[in-house]
Amino acid sequence: MKLKNTLLALAITAVSSTTALAEIKIGVSLALTGPGSGLGIPMQNQFKLFPQTIAGEKVSLIVLDDATDPGKGAANARRFVTEDKVDLIIGSCITAVAAAMTDIAAEASTAQLAGSPVGVPAGKDKWLFRLPQSNTVMGYAMVEHMKKQGVKTVGFLGYTDAYGEQWLKEVTPLMDKAGIKIIATERFARTDTSVTPQALKLVSANPDAMLVVASGSGAAMPQLGLLERGFKGKIYQTHAAATMDLMRVGGKAVDGTFVSAGPVIVPDQLPDSHPSKKIAMDFVAKYDKVYGAGSHNQFAGHAYDAQVALEKAVPLALKKAKPGTPEFRTALRDAFETMGSTQFAHGIMNWTKDDHWGYTMETAVMLKVVDGKFKVE
Amino acid sequence: MDFSIASILLLDGVTNGAVYALLGLATVLVFTVTRVIFIPQGEFVTYGALTLAMMQTGKTPGTVWLLLILASVASVMELADRWRHDGNVGRAVMAGLRTLASPLAIALLSIWAASQQLPLWVQAALSAAIVSAFGPLIYRVAYQSLEAATPLVLLIVSVGVHFAMTGLGLLFFGAEGFRNPAFWDQRFALGPVTLGGQAVIIFGVSLALILLLWLYFEKTLRGKALRATAVNRTGARLMGISTHTSGQFTFLMAAFIGGLSGLLIGPTTTVFYDSGFLIGLKGFVAAVIAGLSSYPGALIGALFVGVVESFGAFWASAFKEVIVFTLILPILLVRSLSSGHSDEDH
Repeated sequence: MKLKNTLLALAITAVSSTTALAEIKIGVSLALTGPGSGLGIPMQNQFKLFPQTIAGEKVSLIVLDDATDPGKGAANARRFVTEDKVDLIIGSCITAVAAAMTDIAAEASTAQLAGSPVGVPAGKDKWLFRLPQSNTVMGYAMVEHMKKQGVKTVGFLGYTDAYGEQWLKEVTPLMDKAGIKIIATERFARTDTSVTPQALKLVSANPDAMLVVASGSGAAMPQLGLLERGFKGKIYQTHAAATMDLMRVGGKAVDGTFVSAGPVIVPDQLPDSHPSKKIAMDFVAKYDKVYGAGSHNQFAGHAYDAQVALEKAVPLALKKAKPGTPEFRTALRDAFETMGSTQFAHGIMNWTKDDHWGYTMETAVMLKVVDGKFKVE
Repeated sequence: MDFSIASILLLDGVTNGAVYALLGLATVLVFTVTRVIFIPQGEFVTYGALTLAMMQTGKTPGTVWLLLILASVASVMELADRWRHDGNVGRAVMAGLRTLASPLAIALLSIWAASQQLPLWVQAALSAAIVSAFGPLIYRVAYQSLEAATPLVLLIVSVGVHFAMTGLGLLFFGAEGFRNPAFWDQRFALGPVTLGGQAVIIFGVSLALILLLWLYFEKTLRGKALRATAVNRTGARLMGISTHTSGQFTFLMAAFIGGLSGLLIGPTTTVFYDSGFLIGLKGFVAAVIAGLSSYPGALIGALFVGVVESFGAFWASAFKEVIVFTLILPILLVRSLSSGHSDEDH
């Protein structure tokens, strides 16, 4: 009797453990609280719509909050690789936090799909793939637009953290090549309530255009600060501000702003020949159906692209190894590099062995705020 | 740096300083009466601004639900305490219902008013009422049982309350920020600077509040009773002054001041669920400059913080916060060297 029970228990454990081994575990670290929650919560909403299976294998997502804190992000990454033994890490949506997770993911030979345009020292990104376009790609479209508008001098007002710093670093050489000079640089913190002194200094330098580097609804305050000080020139915002929150908080005052964005913001306005139009409209339809019309944004689009990438890469990796093994993680990483040109909602992605950024210079779309709505320029 | 830029910066600094002064006053007030260093003062600011913002969009603000939950918890605690103390169920139930009465009334009124699209100042008054109702409830739930504890224990409890309120703020208001419409849209030109109507209101309200607080504590019996509680808790109890009521009333005033500050800054900046912490902390710096004991000191300290912040942001915008918070160090040094050891540990 006792022996039969023991044998039965052993049999059940054996069966259930093999089914557990066969599932693909993905660890997701997002900023669900803290100043970056405006980016993390839409991504989490999209991950809630993630499919249960990919290529016949069950997929389980473990979503953790990193509270916009690099320390917590690193702790999450460590937990993913040591306790949960995930096959893939997705995170974070905040540049500084994703940078903290990179070393840990690389040490554990686990691929990391970052939801932010995180730059690392050369050679350190063997396991790191970025979902968003690099600031260089976004900046390229912006600088081309500035050239066409005849802008010669620019004032920079950006976050004091990694996002602002990286934009400044990446957009300066692009502007130099186009003959545009950055004549004033001011910084402010995400949690600041006013930028009057910084705006004063910038407006008195009198550039042709201002570049505001901020994200979500926090992008409205610096722009309003500049307008309050009487700035009459062109204002450019980055892709992290490509959400309806900019207009909701800024009101009529932000009409006429130029925003660089991925194709997902207003896919219905893209020409039919645009390669990402169909998949972007598909994403918008699915997201808005669950969360309300017009609620889709840049960040949820990146989460959707993670799904697209996995749907293409996982079958390739499964040919070489089973999930839960180090060979599978290596195979998944190789699959990302070799799967070739893929249609993402955000453009055409092409990760190669040498290039883990992937998007081409033509990906970004310049939008203009007209009557409280985005219009493709 | 010419005169016009300096005057614009000065005006900006003094406007911010007036709001920090209100928070510094509330911090000093709470500390002198209850010995609690009330870190979540900034959260009242956020709740006030965001409650008005939600009412403006026609939705019932989430603070109303939070108020109801908190009121129920407080009344259950009151009921249990009274029952254990008196042994009489009837009196205990009455005590519980008394705690529940005014928050419930305010909550029901707000739920009805949210859909009515009432004028701006009515909605503002309602928002202030909702946030003020939080004060005594938070005192009842978090601090009343710890009245005799050391300031250090109370500070730790304050940090816990801050995290709870911030987290609940995220739950009820979401991650994105809001801006309120201005109460007064006029702009006055005074030489090189333009004074906005909102700034005039901020100055007016701050001065009025300081005057009222001074009158209250100097001239009324109740105010003097509160001061007595601050000087010596046991002595005040011997004289028939209830420490429970003093604490709750102080928190009511602090919450009212916080909510009012929220209404004042709502139009001038985008308020997020976590913006209150930094604003409250700068008010705390102002209170520290005043030694956590004097109201005029808190006012001067706050104006000083505001002006330093403004000029610091102009000259070295990346280091603005560093400059403001490093201010505490030399001031603490000077204060601790000049004043002796205070005999407050009884």
